[in-house]
Formats: sequence, C-alpha cells, structure tokens
Amino acid sequence: MLHTFVALVDDKPGTLTRVASLFRRLNVNIVSLTVGESERDGISRMTIVCDAPEHAADRIRASLYKLESTRDVDELGRSEAVIRELCLIKIAAGPNSPHGQHSRSQIFELANVFRARVVDLAPESIMLEMTGAASKIEGLLQVLRESNFEILEVSRTGRMAMRRGHHTSRVLKALGTKTAEDTPVAFPDRPDTDDLPNQFSEHEA
Amino acid sequence: MTHPTLTGAEILWATLVGEGVTTVFGYPGGAILPAYDALRKFPIHHVLTRHEQGAAHMADGYARASGKVGVAIATSGPGATNLVTGIATAMLDSIPIVCITGQVSSKVLGSDAFQEIDITGITLPITKHNFVATRAEEIAPMIREAFQIAASGRPGPVLVDITKDAQQGTALFNFEESAPDPFRPHPMLRAESTEVSRAIELMRASHRPVILAGHGIIHSAAEREVRAFAERYQIPVATTLLGLGAFPASHPLALGMMGMHGESWVNHAIQQADLLLAFGMRFDDRVTGNLASYAPNAKKIHIEIDPSEINKNVLVDVALIGDLKEVLGTMEPLIHDKSYLADATSDNNTSQWLREIGAMKGDAAVRDIINLPDNGHLYAAHVINDIWQEAKAAGRLDKTIIATDVGQHQMWEAQYFKHEDTRTLITSGGLGTMGFALPAAIGAKMARPDCDVWCIAGDGGFQMTASELSTIGQENLHINVAIINNGFLGMVRQWQEAFYDKNYACSPILSPDFVKLAGAHGIPGAHVAERKDVTPTVTKARTGSSPFVINFSVEKEDGVYPMIAPGSALHEMVLRPNPLIETAEDE
Ligand SMILES: Cc1ncc(C[n+]2csc(CCOP(=O)(O)OP(=O)(O)O)c2C)c(N)n1
Ligand SMILES: [Mg+2]
Repeated sequence: MLHTFVALVDDKPGTLTRVASLFRRLNVNIVSLTVGESERDGISRMTIVCDAPEHAADRIRASLYKLESTRDVDELGRSEAVIRELCLIKIAAGPNSPHGQHSRSQIFELANVFRARVVDLAPESIMLEMTGAASKIEGLLQVLRESNFEILEVSRTGRMAMRRGHHTSRVLKALGTKTAEDTPVAFPDRPDTDDLPNQFSEHEA
Repeated sequence: MTHPTLTGAEILWATLVGEGVTTVFGYPGGAILPAYDALRKFPIHHVLTRHEQGAAHMADGYARASGKVGVAIATSGPGATNLVTGIATAMLDSIPIVCITGQVSSKVLGSDAFQEIDITGITLPITKHNFVATRAEEIAPMIREAFQIAASGRPGPVLVDITKDAQQGTALFNFEESAPDPFRPHPMLRAESTEVSRAIELMRASHRPVILAGHGIIHSAAEREVRAFAERYQIPVATTLLGLGAFPASHPLALGMMGMHGESWVNHAIQQADLLLAFGMRFDDRVTGNLASYAPNAKKIHIEIDPSEINKNVLVDVALIGDLKEVLGTMEPLIHDKSYLADATSDNNTSQWLREIGAMKGDAAVRDIINLPDNGHLYAAHVINDIWQEAKAAGRLDKTIIATDVGQHQMWEAQYFKHEDTRTLITSGGLGTMGFALPAAIGAKMARPDCDVWCIAGDGGFQMTASELSTIGQENLHINVAIINNGFLGMVRQWQEAFYDKNYACSPILSPDFVKLAGAHGIPGAHVAERKDVTPTVTKARTGSSPFVINFSVEKEDGVYPMIAPGSALHEMVLRPNPLIETAEDE
C-alpha cells in the first residue's frame, strides 16, 4: 500500500541522499519524493510517497527519525490531509496533429473542464499546467489519450501533502513555530499520542 | 578569556583532548599529514596499526572494553576504504567510535585527485552519521557533534572527513562554543504509565517468564538493575551473544546463551515461556530461529531504545521504548503485587517454572565434552574451559577480557567461558567479522591495562589481521593469544559437513608456524597439543610480563553443538553427539 510521509529535514548537502539511501536500504520503493524550502530557515520539507506493506509505516517513520538530518516526521496515513501534485503536459496541436486545426479549441475545452491552465501556445503545440490530486491529473491524461491527442511530454512533481486544520506536532512546537516565541525549547520525549508503534500490533491482527 | 587561533590540525587534536581522548589508533598518509605533524603538541598516545582495518577494530575494542568512544584515524583514499570493514562491524554491534579521515583539498574535491575517494558516500549506510569538514572552523563543532552522536541513544560509529586545506587553515578555537545542541532524544521514545501497566499486567499473569538479556543492558549500564529485577521477581535470564557478561553466568537464575548455538534448555525455556521480557535485544535471526514458530505461546514485552527495532522481526505485545535503566526505574515502583515479592525460599509465581527448567537441563551438561575423561584428544572446549578455570582460580574473572574472532572457536568461547562481569567479552556479533580478535584485543588492552586480555582466534581468522602482532611488539602490550588451530575454516567446514555432503570445498587451511611467526615479532610462544599442557602454558602466559602466543592444535573435525539448522524452529536443535569421544575416534 502507499504511505505518505512528510519530513522536515536539514537543508544541507547530502540530506536527500541520506533519505533516499534509507529507503533503498529498507528495500522500499519511493513512488514520489518532493522537496523544497519550508517556513523555517535552513529546513526543507519533504513529501515522500512510498509503496510498502501496511505494517511497515511505523518502522519507516522511526528509521527516518534516526537520520541525524531529520527534525520531524509525520505520517499521513490516518489523518485528513490535502495532497496535491503539479503536472505540465505538452500536446501536439499544429495543423498536422491528429485533430488538425480543431486541436486547439478542443484542448481549451478539456482544460476548462479539468481546471487546467494553458501556459504555452506554440505553432505546433500547447502546454497545459494542472494542479490537483493525482487522480485528477491521471483523469486528464487519460481523456487526452482516449481522444487521440498526441501527448509529447509529461512532467509531474509528485505529491505534496499537508495536514488539514491547525496541527503542530510537539516536535514542531519544540522547534518553535513561526508564531511562537523564538526561545529554544528542550525536546519533548515524545510526540503526539496517536500513531505510535505501541498501537501497531493491534492494527496488525 | 581570549581564544587562541590554531590550525585546523591543532584544533582537531585540541578538540579530541577536550573530549577526553587519550589514545587514538591510526595510520598516516598524505591527506592527513598536517594532523600528524601537529600531534606531538598534544597529550594523546597514537598507536600505529599495521592496517587501517586494525585501527577501526582497535577503536572498537577500546570502546567495548571501556564504554568510552574509541577513535581511529586514517588518510584519504585507501586509508579510508580500509576502515570500512571496521566501521561496519561497529555499526552492526552499535559501538561508539569516531573515525577521522584525511581528504584531498577542498579546491580539488570532485576532480578524482590523487587518493580522493568519496568516503562519506561509501560509509553512509554503515555510520550513524558522517561529516565533511572543508574549513578549519568547522572541525571543532563537527568533532564534538560526532562524539555526541556516537555515544548517545543507540550508539554507533561516526566518521569525520577533513580536507587537507581545512587542517592547514586557521580558526579561533573555542571548545565550549563548539558544543553541539543538546542531544535530541528520538521523539518516538515512549514508556508511559499505560504501557508500563500493560507490561505489569502481563507479568502478573505470567507463570513462565524469561528475560532475554541483550547488549542494550551493557550500553545502558543497567547490569545491576536487571539483576535486581530478575532476583526480585525470580525470572530466569537467557542471554544473547553480545549480552554475555551483562548477567553473571554463575547466578542461579542464569540460563546461558540462547539461539543457534545456545544450550538446549535455554531455547526450550524460551519456546515454552508464556512471557518474554526482551531487554535491549533485537530478535536477531541467530536468536529466534524460524520466526513462524518462535515462542508461540509467549506474550512479549520489548524494552528497547531504538523505535525502529519494535515489531521488526517479532511482533510484540508491549513496547517500552527508552533507555533500559530508566524504563526499569519507572516500572519498579509501579509493581505493587505482593505475590511478586518473592524470596527464593518460599514458593512464588515462578518456582514451578524454575524447577521445570532445571529438569530440562537434565544430563545435557554431563554429556558435555569438558566432563569426559582425557583420552588424548585435545578439544577446543578443553582449551576455553581451562583458560576460564585459570582466570577463576586466579580470582581475576572480573579482570579478564576475552576478544574472540569469528567461527567455531567463538561459539565455544561463548559456551565454555562463563562470563561473570560486564564488558569481559568482546566479539563481533552482528557482522561476524573474521580478523576482529587481535586488533580488538589491542584496543581492549589499551583501554584496560589492568586486565588480562586474551585474543582467542581461529587459525583462519587470525591470519586475516596477524600483522597486528607487530603492533603488539611495538607497543609492548602484554596480550595473550590463543590460536584454536583446527586446520580448517572450521565453521564453514561444519556447515559443509551438515548441509553440503561433506564437500570440504576450500575450507582446509594451511597455516604458518604461529610460534615462529610470533618469534619473528619478538614475541614468545608455545605449541600445545595435549590436554595436560594446556593449563601450565596458560598460566605461564597469564603470569608472564610479555605478550605470549599459544598455538593449540585441536581436534580437526569437531563441531559446535547444539545447533539449529537454518529454517528450523528454536527448539529443533541438533544435540551433541553422544558420546562425542567415540565419533572422534572413529576417524
Ligand atoms: C571476513 C570474513 N570472511 C568470511 C567469513 C565466513 N566465515 C565465518 S566463520 C569462518 C571460518 C573461520 O575459520 P577459523 O578462523 O579457522 O575459525 P574456526 O571456525 O575454525 O574456529 C568463515 C570463513 C567471515 N565471517 N568473515
Ligand atoms: Mg579454524
């Protein structure tokens, strides 16, 4: 099954290798991994989607925590979250393309339906930008293919995820949130009460 | 107070001195020469090894014997790659060592310069963490953080790669300000009252409990607490290979070593238990046998500092994640149950169980080789037993450290040397690294010069790092070496005998005359081939003032028993052939 982890990691050379190497060591395939700056200086936020057995989640999370570069890890398995992906699609749309000179208007229409945006218009091609859940993006791609459009290029960012509502783990509180005062707080001995290995054996049965 | 401006090389040593380091093990070369040049100004003893693998193992042996962080140092390229086996050995056994490697100048990094190798890339999966310092001012904070990471939580090796220009550059040195942020405990550590009370309920309901005593007891320095716990609730204690010494072997509640070559009653007790209390152990495949049939009727309580070990191999009922000593400290006051406050004279919860285990021992121990009369054959078991008896007779069991290599002799050591005290056995458990014993013994002797240190190695493994005899000579260390010479890569031969139709492919091994080899290093030695000569020679080695090498010519095709074949359940062991002597004489 797919697991989604959101990790705060040091923005330092080699951090990505450490995270990627961990998954390789655990023999777990990474489905997608996105990384970029976070709201904190010197700390990046990663969203890692991986394919692993159901019971592996706690171990992966615990192992991610073991990396010295890791500050916090959240597993979104059991919580409400917004999960988004960005996709760029280049489609042939010149007079010689399958739909000839109607290509453009048909693509515009599809774009409208899927709330994609046209971001580039060239004599022979159109580029669409679409943000949404992975399933929506796959829907658009499928419709394009089934309607016999020639897809020239696809580039997807992979999933980014964020919990809904106001959620700050105890680890983040200790790190100091943006609004909290900037006094360094000692680390808590444990994070939120949910999703810890102890609960795990029950889910297993 | 003003802080001095020092070169990076000086900062390196000054920081090590600040961290309490007095001894390092290493080998110089181009990229680390600035550091070596500055060494003479600092109160640190450098042991020149004969191979960098030896340096890493020595740092490891030093750490295991003392509980302090061991330090190894090497140059870039081949020096660094030679450390790899030693680092991996420390990683798999959670040993705190810091390895320092030289690196080419930061200006040429990435250009395949002479002796440039990506050692941080290579060691990524076998270190707890690693660093590259490219500027002098980074050295002190990185070294200090490396020490903190190596020793904290679940310990492990850390590598710091320092470019040549960082060693040559200068920076202000301020030891205090280079301190890392306070240690961040793993946020998933968890041993709260709800879990603790669940654990206690399981204890109350249990009549057949067994404590599984692991290496974590030693890391946590919880030997006394575990002993008090076992005694208070009268729970028998089975020990992992790396847990030997954490619980006294002669204690009435001590069962002995569990697992692949554990004694039959130990494994039977585990299989028949209704509760396993795993203390700082990780249910390694060598101790569980076939997982599907492992301790099927036992509830499991796992006290462990590394959350990623929970439910890894064996699903547990309660996980108390934290430092063992602290967790036991939290648990004790919460156990009020009077029926648990047993005293050994009256019947308590577990007395029936203890009697059953006693009965399971039966005559298994009597059939043991050491109890059979001398028939002219010399068995490795005799040698180990006599080394143990010698230490015991001298009243020095607590001051005798055994470093073993890997193979049959390692298992015989674990079976026949009865370790009473913590940190008296130094052995490569997780990685099973041949060549470990001799350098590890050197590290142990440097850490504990007051102790009698024995290196017990096979004829095969000894030859992997035998060049360190020269280090012993140069350092003039009184280390005793017992080579268990069976003319074979014995453990390989035993597997070939059991599972490959006695096809002894490439397991017979020819050895040099080890006594002459020792002599070439200025080290005295002796050949022993008969039982009667064992003790006198062992006594001579122990009481002498120089290193001593004994070549014990033992029975060639002897096997380690009991043995659990791969895939078999823990209780399905192959017992000692009975009587063993006859099988030996048949040949
Ligand atoms: C570096 C390394 N290479 C290979 C092995 C596989 N191996 C395990 S035990 C063993 C035989 C060891 O022979 P010896 O040192 O003579 O000890 P014995 O088993 O005879 O006591 C071998 C080859 C290993 N553990 N380590
Ligand atoms: Mg041998």
